[in-house]
Amino acid sequence: MTTSVPMTHGLILAGVLFAMGLVGVLVRRNVIFILLCLEIMLNAAGLAFVVAGSRWGQADGQVMFIFILAMTAAEVSVGLALVLQLHHHFKTLDADAASRMRG
Amino acid sequence: MLELLWLIPALPLVGFLALVCLKPAKSLTALVGVGSVGLSAAAAFFVGARFLSSPPPGHTYRQTLWTWIRLDGLDAGFSLYLDPLALVMVLVITGVGLLIHLYSAEHMIEDKGYRRFFAYMNLFVGSMLILVLADNLLLLYLGWEGVGLCSYLLIGFWYENPSNGRAARKAFIVTRVGDTALAVALFLIYRHLGTLEIQRVMAQASIEWPVGSNLALAAAALLLAGAVGKSAQLPLQTWLPDAMAGPSPVSALIHAATMVTAGVYLIARTHVLFALAPAIQAAVAVIGAATLLVAGSSALVQRDIKRVLAYSTISQIGYMFVALGVGAWAAALFHFMTHAFFKALLFLAAGVVIQALHEEHDMLKMGGLRRQMPLVFLTFLAGSASLAALPVITAGFYSKEWILWAAWSSQQGSPWLWAAGLAGALLTSGYTFRMVFLTFFGPTRPREIAQPGLRVQVPLVLLAVLSVIGGWLELPGPMGNVHFFSDFLWGSLPAPSHLHGSPSTELFLEAVAAVASLAGIVLAYWFFLRRPGGTEALVRSFLGGILNRFWLAGWAFDWLYDRLLVRPYVWLAEKDRDDFFDQIYRGLAWLNRASYQGLSLTQNGQVRWYAMGMAVGAAIVLAMVVFL
Amino acid sequence: MNAAFYLAAAVAVIATGMVITRLNAVHALLYLIVSLLAVALIFLLLGAPLAAALEMILYAGAIMVLFVFVIMMLNLGPQTVAQERAWLRPGIWTGPAALGLVLVVELLYVFVTGDLGHPAGQAPVAPKQVGITLFGPYLLGVELASFLLLAGLVGAYHLGRRTHRGGSGGQVP
Repeated sequence: MTTSVPMTHGLILAGVLFAMGLVGVLVRRNVIFILLCLEIMLNAAGLAFVVAGSRWGQADGQVMFIFILAMTAAEVSVGLALVLQLHHHFKTLDADAASRMRG
Repeated sequence: MLELLWLIPALPLVGFLALVCLKPAKSLTALVGVGSVGLSAAAAFFVGARFLSSPPPGHTYRQTLWTWIRLDGLDAGFSLYLDPLALVMVLVITGVGLLIHLYSAEHMIEDKGYRRFFAYMNLFVGSMLILVLADNLLLLYLGWEGVGLCSYLLIGFWYENPSNGRAARKAFIVTRVGDTALAVALFLIYRHLGTLEIQRVMAQASIEWPVGSNLALAAAALLLAGAVGKSAQLPLQTWLPDAMAGPSPVSALIHAATMVTAGVYLIARTHVLFALAPAIQAAVAVIGAATLLVAGSSALVQRDIKRVLAYSTISQIGYMFVALGVGAWAAALFHFMTHAFFKALLFLAAGVVIQALHEEHDMLKMGGLRRQMPLVFLTFLAGSASLAALPVITAGFYSKEWILWAAWSSQQGSPWLWAAGLAGALLTSGYTFRMVFLTFFGPTRPREIAQPGLRVQVPLVLLAVLSVIGGWLELPGPMGNVHFFSDFLWGSLPAPSHLHGSPSTELFLEAVAAVASLAGIVLAYWFFLRRPGGTEALVRSFLGGILNRFWLAGWAFDWLYDRLLVRPYVWLAEKDRDDFFDQIYRGLAWLNRASYQGLSLTQNGQVRWYAMGMAVGAAIVLAMVVFL
Repeated sequence: MNAAFYLAAAVAVIATGMVITRLNAVHALLYLIVSLLAVALIFLLLGAPLAAALEMILYAGAIMVLFVFVIMMLNLGPQTVAQERAWLRPGIWTGPAALGLVLVVELLYVFVTGDLGHPAGQAPVAPKQVGITLFGPYLLGVELASFLLLAGLVGAYHLGRRTHRGGSGGQVP
């Protein structure tokens, strides 16, 4: 069930996905969307790891992917809790609303 | 025993360090402060006793402590030089200083700066002792600067009042003019004579500089300028009346007994240079004479008791300058000694009066204190009598009379100097007893007066005794011919040259001086006691009013200097407010602010902006890694 | 089998593009799930079945569901859509798009010029092997990950609390 795709293509896919996620983070103003695009970026990084691991036929790539997954889970839970607080405070989900630490 | 010489300046300095570093409590502070000077006085006593009983060869003793500067050509050591002149100064400084410190232990006890006070006073005594014991001019200059610093610190002791700070700065700046001249004198002497050791300087100068040569004139003139600044003579006398802003013990120690006589000491120490420059020596006498008249007349109309004493000090130092100017070096030193006794006494007693009346300085608000403060009155009277040179029974009479005689009879003297001195004597007794009558006589007002304690009474009494018997060291020819003092000093200071005038002339002149002194007392009695308000009519008259205001302002020197020096300088500084260098600094500040404001634009608090920043940074770094 | 890879890749890219341009949060979320599933398929094709399973279970299954919950809690309705429309004007895409392009170009440069042409996915890596590696050389990482998760747990609990006082939240005695 396996393919023999050149590693380059896998990495290019990961890069493209990552760049798109980055664009999304920079463009969107709603924090939910920003977090969503952050997930895209993390996923792309994980994809790169798995591609590399499969090129060498070693389990290290997947191990790194598991760690990334664990980290993502923690980050998402805390991030969403913060979103709830933001909403509770400012009554909006505008990321630019929380800009008191300026100057 | 003479090896203990170094202890004399060292002990007060150790006291200063102990008070600054160890910060003892109030009772211990007094012990350390007074004790260090006391031990120094004891050391001075022992050294002096040994010096008198078995004098070292040549009547000089030199003790080198360590090498201070050794450069190619300049070898200045920390070395002390003891000769009769220095010994007289040391004994007076430590003795009178000890009494004043003892007095301060009680007088300043309520002050919260008690420890600071004693620290400064100890530092002052140490610096003054270094000044008089210095073997070379550089060390002398160190002591000179040290006493100037302590004078500034102590005048502005109650620094919370800004006018005290102004008075302190005025004192420092005016004496600075003199200090600068002294420094230039040091440069000149070193450049042309190659050494700064005082004895060697004088020896070299007498070899290399002929009498009246330009270099000698220049050196002597610059030294004179330094002395004039420190001793508050014309034209640099304006700082001393304002220096009365400091506590009374400070006025007694610094501005009566010791620091202001540093100029007299300097001229006496370098007398050879002045002998080589007769024109300058004559200038010394003229300055002294002019000063004593200006200050004496100013003292006559003052209302503040301490200002009277300040002008009186200026005037009496004028007498010492007259003596120096006519070559009567020993006479100047004798007057210095008696003046230290009675002027310190007067200041201390005035301090007691002022404190008892809750910081009242105006004599016109005093009166009748002789019944309420008998001991202070008696000692004040003794001191005033000595100042006014009451004939025969006071020390001041003998010292002042010696100076007047020297002014008449010395080869460098002149009848004009004698006449000025005589007029000054009249003025002196006049303003002195005006002070006495206004303060202690007259109607008594009901007051609550706390009598001074033992630590104040003992110094007052001792100084009063000294003011009376101190003169017996030197009695003039027709009156006993005792010459302890001048014989003692003969080793280090030559006698005035060629006295002309016979003993009968001397007796006659003494009588004239006595009459002048008594006349002053009578006039003061007539105008200020017998008919109180008698001077009102005089003051209200046109000429009297002008004279009163003129003399009250100390012959308007402050006004003159303000118009002549201060205002143009301030105007110039205002005009130069924004020159090239200011713009450099302003430009730096502007650059700082501009970059701060520019960079703070990048901190707009928005998360997406920061994310953009990170992304751009990542792209740049990646590019650098990949392409470079 | 290579065709499946390229097809899944295309689906992932298109779905991601939709995620970043949708106005409705739930729509974007669903498109993201599609993208994640496509990536899971790619994992499978590369011989990493464990990764594929975990991607589907944890990522698409847990994390996205968490997002759904939060979106539901926040009750983002039609006003949010209007707000998004106002915010997402065409003009604001230029800067980030350029940046993204620059990054992609750099990455492409690295990938193409490097010696990376070796085919991937020839030998599948079984979960057993992954497990042995995980609890062998990477044991420390596992422990650290557990720290991280604990921290995340505590943080999420603490931050998610609804304080009953008014004013600034997070004031805990």
